[in-house]
Amino acid sequence: MEVLINLGYLVAAVLFILGIKGMTSPKTAVRGNQMSSIGMLLAVIAALVDHNVVSFEYIVIGVLIGGSIGAFMAKKVAMTDMPEMVATLNGIGGGASLLVAAANYLESQKLAEMGKFAVSYDWSIAVILSILIGAVTLTGSFVAVGKLKGKIGDSNKVKLYKWIVKLCFVTLIAGAGYFAVESQLNSDYLILGLIVVCLILGVCLVMPIGGADMPVVVSLLNSYSGLAGAAAGFVLGNNGLIITGSLVGASGIILTSIMCKAMNRSLTNVLFGGSMAATAGVSKSENDAFYDGKVKYSSADELAMLLESAQKVVFVPGYGLAVAQAQHATRELANMLESNGTEVKYAIHPVAGRMPGHMNVLLAEAEVPYDQLVEMDTINPEFSQTDVAIVLGANDVVNPAASKDPASPIFGMPILDVHNAKTVVVVKRGLSPGFAGIPNELFIRENSLMVPGDAKKVLQDTIGALKDL
Amino acid sequence: MEMFIMSLTIFVLAIFVGVEVINKVPPTLHTPLMSGTNAISGIVVVGAIISSGGSEHTTVLSTVLGVAAIALATINIVAGFMVTDRMLNMFKRK
Repeated sequence: MEVLINLGYLVAAVLFILGIKGMTSPKTAVRGNQMSSIGMLLAVIAALVDHNVVSFEYIVIGVLIGGSIGAFMAKKVAMTDMPEMVATLNGIGGGASLLVAAANYLESQKLAEMGKFAVSYDWSIAVILSILIGAVTLTGSFVAVGKLKGKIGDSNKVKLYKWIVKLCFVTLIAGAGYFAVESQLNSDYLILGLIVVCLILGVCLVMPIGGADMPVVVSLLNSYSGLAGAAAGFVLGNNGLIITGSLVGASGIILTSIMCKAMNRSLTNVLFGGSMAATAGVSKSENDAFYDGKVKYSSADELAMLLESAQKVVFVPGYGLAVAQAQHATRELANMLESNGTEVKYAIHPVAGRMPGHMNVLLAEAEVPYDQLVEMDTINPEFSQTDVAIVLGANDVVNPAASKDPASPIFGMPILDVHNAKTVVVVKRGLSPGFAGIPNELFIRENSLMVPGDAKKVLQDTIGALKDL
Repeated sequence: MEMFIMSLTIFVLAIFVGVEVINKVPPTLHTPLMSGTNAISGIVVVGAIISSGGSEHTTVLSTVLGVAAIALATINIVAGFMVTDRMLNMFKRK
């Protein structure tokens, strides 16, 4: 039976790998996801036939509670809120691993009394690691959710948090050393204390990071949630858990490095450098002086006339599009332009929005064909042949200073070269700086026009004006 | 210790497999990839089930923790797979 159970875990892990492999193309992705879910079902069945499982009523209760909450969340969530959703799920995953480690610790006590379990260093280390990663993922993710929602602002107490983080690590190392060498199975309070320390650590690690860097943090916590599972696998000696946890861990690490590259920052700088806006940003008066009298304002009517005669139009969506829920209006305008014979494309910067691929999901929701969504490196050479580039709520990712001004805090960050288009139309609610806290030279260039207002409203007005033309 | 080295071997190899496979996922699908891996990380449910299965070595507290862990992991599994499916169907319909 033991052999069959382990084979079950192996097949489940293979199904997960094949499932992720399906994600390499939008055509096969739905099937891939189904394969992964079959893998999960198999893993659950394998766990249920384990000889240690003799009663099922508690398991059923847990599954029913979790299943109904999960289904409710999945049905309700709006596509604009996906970053918060993923961050929440990261935290929940971390919490589950933490609980599994704690439960295993208690059971090991009982088993040791019965003479069926002997403690070892690797078990102690695995328990501590599992608690550490699980707890940090749990509280760190919920701070990230607060920052994504804008409920927790950027902190100016970076030094204080760093100090607490150091204190937590010292306590943790001392406590873990004592646990591994001295007490092991009779240290309930020590374990409880370490859990609390790790929960605090999670909060203090994420608090000093700026809201702008949340795409990196969410990706990293995604990785942690997998590693937490793998650590739980080490505690339980379960290979299925280890393989699956490390797959998720690898995925999160890759996304984290893509995000860092797209911002031209190192992971250490993101995690410990504090908020960019707080360190490098300009004051409100400096910002006003930069733009003073140099911005050319335009209107939806003028935009409609420009678009009427354009051969090629590129939309550049940013976080502002998500906030304004303007994806459907964008698609509607694009449809009108296409029926007019205009070529329409969408330029997607890797860090546009609040998580990897966020813009793509929003535009897919509005039924934009995915082959019209063009990545940065492919679209950049095309801007010089573009008649109108419409920037919808993006800012730092189209700031020419990133490629020209070595003094700029975002110098070196790859950007979308929208300034090469014949006309750039910026739809934005105001002239407030973006995440990096610096003014944008693009807005005062010769070929730039600013249409102030909410992206959705401006686009709808433009659609109305186009109909009247 | 032998057991630990075995587990470590599997862990390291699985990370390499993960990196190879995931590097091929296009940026357009990165959000569904994240929610999909959220679902997969619900695999800790396996550990939770064994903890709350009520055999001789469980205590009241460990059962409570186990059931809570099952509930949390199931949220991840159900919400993760369902929301990923929702998103992927948006990409598919063209």
